[in-house]
Amino acid sequence: MKRHLISAADLTRDDAVLILDTAEEMARVADRPIKKLPTLRGRTVVNLFFEDSTRTRISFEAAEKRLSADVINFAAKGSSVSKGESLKDTAQTLEAMGVDAVVIRHGASGAPYRLATSGWIDAAVINAGDGTHQHPTQALLDAFTMRRRLVGREAGLGQDLSGRRITIVGDILHSRVARSNVDLLHTLGAEVTLVAPPTLLPVGVGHWPCEVSYDLDSTLPKSDAVMMLRVQRERMNAAFFPTEREYSRRYGLDGDRMARMPEHAIVMHPGPMVRGMEITAEVADSDRCTAVEQVANGVHTRMAVLYLLLGGNEPAVTHARTEETK
Amino acid sequence: MSKILIRGAKVLGGEARDVLVDGETIAEVGTGIAAGDATVVEAEGRILLPGLVDLHTHLREPGREDSETVLTGTRAAASGGYTAVFAMANTFPVADTAGVVEQVWRLGREHGYCDVQPIGAVTVGLEGRKLAELGAMHDSAAAVTVFSDDGKCVDDAVIMRRALEYVKAFGGVVAQHAQEPRLTEGAQMNEGVVSAELGLGGWPAVAEESIIARDVLLAEHVGSRVHICHLSTAGSVAIVRWAKSRGIDVTAEVTPHHLLLTDELVRTYDPVYKVNPPLRTERDVMALREALADGTIDIVATDHAPHPHEDKDCEWAAAAMGMVGLETALSVVQHTMVDTGLLTWEGVADRMSFKPARIGRAEGHGRPVSAGEPANLTLLDPAYRGTVDPAGFASRSRNTPYEGRELPGRVTHTFLRGRATLMDGKLA
Repeated sequence: MKRHLISAADLTRDDAVLILDTAEEMARVADRPIKKLPTLRGRTVVNLFFEDSTRTRISFEAAEKRLSADVINFAAKGSSVSKGESLKDTAQTLEAMGVDAVVIRHGASGAPYRLATSGWIDAAVINAGDGTHQHPTQALLDAFTMRRRLVGREAGLGQDLSGRRITIVGDILHSRVARSNVDLLHTLGAEVTLVAPPTLLPVGVGHWPCEVSYDLDSTLPKSDAVMMLRVQRERMNAAFFPTEREYSRRYGLDGDRMARMPEHAIVMHPGPMVRGMEITAEVADSDRCTAVEQVANGVHTRMAVLYLLLGGNEPAVTHARTEETK
Repeated sequence: MSKILIRGAKVLGGEARDVLVDGETIAEVGTGIAAGDATVVEAEGRILLPGLVDLHTHLREPGREDSETVLTGTRAAASGGYTAVFAMANTFPVADTAGVVEQVWRLGREHGYCDVQPIGAVTVGLEGRKLAELGAMHDSAAAVTVFSDDGKCVDDAVIMRRALEYVKAFGGVVAQHAQEPRLTEGAQMNEGVVSAELGLGGWPAVAEESIIARDVLLAEHVGSRVHICHLSTAGSVAIVRWAKSRGIDVTAEVTPHHLLLTDELVRTYDPVYKVNPPLRTERDVMALREALADGTIDIVATDHAPHPHEDKDCEWAAAAMGMVGLETALSVVQHTMVDTGLLTWEGVADRMSFKPARIGRAEGHGRPVSAGEPANLTLLDPAYRGTVDPAGFASRSRNTPYEGRELPGRVTHTFLRGRATLMDGKLA
């Protein structure tokens, strides 16, 4: 494992499988009456959030606390940042307070990379979403969810997603989730197809390790998992597509479309879902939709990432396993 | 005034000659010229060029003296071998009146490291809505001939047409920063494979090309001349080439950094590579070099854009756009154009002195190295190899993309009207 987790593209297949396997171990902790490990006792992790994100921040916080880390939450709003303090100064202030890891969410693509490589701080940096660039822990939790559902909880250990066909639908252009998933799923051996109107696909997408289609209906029957992305309503006025209704008709997932998917196939969504737009309530509430499961898996996966970056490696995993075996 | 004998320099890269400077003028060019009471500069193996002229410099004064001043900027210019620079109008206040352009012009004269020719804004406040007093700026002591809203594009076709028509009255030229604003909203780097991967807003080539296409047609329509700033794409080259073949009076410039650097460098997220227009692809770089060699692109201009450290030592999105260039331009041109065999030193003199002086009508600059001409001269050691160390820059800012990079060539002497502004690599 590298010292930081900035991009899903940085992970090798073995790194990724190790994280997923470790996340399974961490998931066992969640089944216990006391959901806590002493692994990061005495370590300080700061959640440095320059962008609003309740879901991701709470998920990281839960993961950090379950590993017994000391947690500092730093929201840029109302802080010195809103008074004009730079990322560098903020980072160095936190560094001076003896922080071991920084979980950063930032509106600017590349901000976590700068934090990790500019020499401003020594702490490990975990990217919790930067601009339209990357959201690697989201990709890991998605892969974790797919492996559990498509391969099996026990059977999946040590396995990747070779041969699985994953379709990602919606606003690829602005989605860090899509970028991270394409990178990670490719590394894990899956075949990825992106489906979107041409206006919501980046110009360089032809160079990504995936297929691209404008036609959702023809893609669904050959998908093991269909990941729906949120369409941001603010895009509506920017001429990316004519109307919400037209988008919904061409790229929304409803019951009829879901019926065209193979029986074993799952529907995923990183949330928050806009019901009626990219996904109907019927689909969102069906057993095939893993949106809520993804949230739970997010905690396990982030525990695994924090543990592997900060806690060391094999011993703690063995510890968890051993305890379970006993 | 004193005499200087430059002995044994290859004039424009050709034969070794002695050049005797007497006062402000070149007195004699020949061989075996007796030194007499002249100060001798031994220049064997060195290249003697006419003093370089930069048609595109940001001196930042007035308004952003923390980035650069006319004094520090012209010292940087002298260090890089320049004897004249054209100062862009995007200052605070904007150089859109006779008063501001005269202020900049006078500061240049007072400091004396090189001639400063202010560029006037095309529109009031660079806002693109109302023509600035172009005639008043031309009639001022600064005698402005080049007008530009650089930093912003004159995107309104009617305003651009009117500006092109209006400057015909006094032989002016409009220098366009070609950037279609709607196509570059939120843009942060070249649109392509790398931007898609990095999640940075893409700046499509067509945003530059569509404006150039429009402007050359406008220039043709009204019978005026237009100059295109910092070409950055292969498509832009193709349009300028087409326009010239059609007889349209268009000239174009390329920056040294667009001749060398590509958008692959943005993978570092290091804002030192953040520049407007953005670094493009290898294919674009090669097309720009070829176009400079064959004359489609007329000149090299630095787009010297100084910024203080704090404006670059941050995340990419928050960083200012631009890089300094005066002190490294000749080295980059040697590296990309001369050492590659694309351009002779005579060609360098043409692209970095003769033509920019002609486009901007810089009197006394861009003249042949011959007896009777003003002694504006640059002496270069082409065999020098060294690593760029911005700590030694004369510019107030250090935002260079070349820190730590080995580049060839070093300007050893610069003479402005017979007076050394740079002597043995040190500012005089």
